[in-house]
Amino acid sequence: MDSSRFQKLSDNAWQIKPFGAMRVPAIIYASESLLAEMDDKVFEQVTNVAMLPGIVQASYAMPDAHWGYGFPIGGVAAFDPAAGGVVSAGGVGFDVSCGVRTHLTSLTREEVVSVQEELADALYAHVPVGVGSEGAITLDEPDMIAMLNGGAKWAVEQGFGLAEDLDRIEEHGCVEGADPAAVSDHAKGRQRREMGTLGSGNHYLEVQTVERIFDHATAAAFGLERDKCVVTIHCGSRGLGHQIGTEFLREMAVSAAEHGIVLPDRELACAPINSELGRRYLGAMRAAINCALANREIIGHLTRQVFARFFINGELPLMFDVSHNTCKLETHEVDDQARKLFVHRKGATRAFGPGAPGLPAAFARHGQPVLIGGSMGAGSYVLAGTTESEARAFSSACHGAGRRMSRHEATRAWGGRQVVDDLRARGIIIRSPSMRGVAEEAPGAYKDVEAVVDCAEAAGLAKKVAFLAPLICIKG
Amino acid sequence: MGVRGFGATPAEAFAQTALAMCAAIVDPAGVRLEQAIDIEQQAQSLDLLLLDWLNALVYEMAARRMIFAAFDVSIVGERLRARAFGEKISRDRHAPAVEVKGATFTELAVCEDRPGLWRAQCVIDV
Repeated sequence: MDSSRFQKLSDNAWQIKPFGAMRVPAIIYASESLLAEMDDKVFEQVTNVAMLPGIVQASYAMPDAHWGYGFPIGGVAAFDPAAGGVVSAGGVGFDVSCGVRTHLTSLTREEVVSVQEELADALYAHVPVGVGSEGAITLDEPDMIAMLNGGAKWAVEQGFGLAEDLDRIEEHGCVEGADPAAVSDHAKGRQRREMGTLGSGNHYLEVQTVERIFDHATAAAFGLERDKCVVTIHCGSRGLGHQIGTEFLREMAVSAAEHGIVLPDRELACAPINSELGRRYLGAMRAAINCALANREIIGHLTRQVFARFFINGELPLMFDVSHNTCKLETHEVDDQARKLFVHRKGATRAFGPGAPGLPAAFARHGQPVLIGGSMGAGSYVLAGTTESEARAFSSACHGAGRRMSRHEATRAWGGRQVVDDLRARGIIIRSPSMRGVAEEAPGAYKDVEAVVDCAEAAGLAKKVAFLAPLICIKG
Repeated sequence: MGVRGFGATPAEAFAQTALAMCAAIVDPAGVRLEQAIDIEQQAQSLDLLLLDWLNALVYEMAARRMIFAAFDVSIVGERLRARAFGEKISRDRHAPAVEVKGATFTELAVCEDRPGLWRAQCVIDV
């Protein structure tokens, strides 16, 4: 994008003043080079979001922003129900509560490398991955309702996970206000045999080593030690969330005019928070969040089972579990007033700073962990929420590197086998059902994750804590 | 990921768009046409009908653990009747690359570019 279209607020923040039907400004957090790399659709989409009723303060885009559906991926916007604010199925996306969790280990890099191939095979065999895979759990209707109400808490009650995990998950593993009755039979049907499955596309399970530490005090509080290994899992609410997104997007798009809403893009489908449709979507979307939290908890349990077969000291305490595609009711300071707002984060992470209410005690001094997934080869980062982030974008940060190349372009540039061999030569073992899928997810198809997190830190969205280098990647 | 189908009629274009969507998942040449699933949809406009058609296929593939590779579609007014042919998906034999989460409103269009050439398209979320 051409930076002359923006008012420069700082080296890492760019504002678009309201024009046309925009109700608030749009602000993109990016370095000059990241801004130049962003496609023009981000400009269009972040300004479209600024036109929605009841939006508060500004429409934001994170440093990894790229073209999404309606909202940009990396988009953040908050809405006030008292000001006619809306909830948008397009602002949450199809993969509701897609997110990342990181488990700690006491294992050194050498211990994992000594069984690297065998461990990769065992994880690939034990964790259901890829299209059409099924979990070992089949949910009947009462189980489904209990899972949609209970989230990770339900999973722990069923024996999949540990009670102490719950304090290390956003909302303590269970978001309130879920309404299983608002979830269609189609959505429930898709999920009946998908609990504990990873999915495909950019979802993964990685064994990583803590290669660099930037903030020793915060890393220690998070339990991160240099040269120790961690396990990171990226997946979401599977078929249930996809179906809820599909159904409500259509219903909200078709009925927007009845609610007096002019949609600048049908993909911004939304309804007033204080409407029957808005309340029904919130109930279904919260049920999907619980589904995602339960799903990641079960995959964590399956991963623990594999590690217990390989290592005597194979416990995997959970460091933290964060969600990326959500709309959550939160209290934020706006013009020195505390206001209850519905904050949409689409491809963005909540990044509560030190002292934020509701944070687990372990994070109260340092802010919450913000887990940034990179590509298979580039590695990942652990950041921490900052106090300044509240004023920047309702305590939000980026979520990943962001694609710089389409899947089609990636398959023309690389072959899957070539990617697997190149990564093996660098000590990274890949397991995946699809070589084409691997090519589409090639490291070169993503932006430079280091540039993204450097910008997030410079912009005050979050601070860098540690860098995680991959050793094993199970791709869906 | 964008999918686009062309045909002499909207029905032909819909069938080609469905084939493009399934080709994003697997190579259709490797899919056996062993099972047939009937699908019926009705919508207020052709573009919404395309959205509903593709999302019905996404649902059937997910719920039945199937992959489709051939389609027999008829459209009368705004009512679609179709039969999708395929088989149970196999991770080993089909090596599916991605899972389609849903068809979207992005770039959604059904139009007659010139007499006798229909185009049906949208972006699918994978």
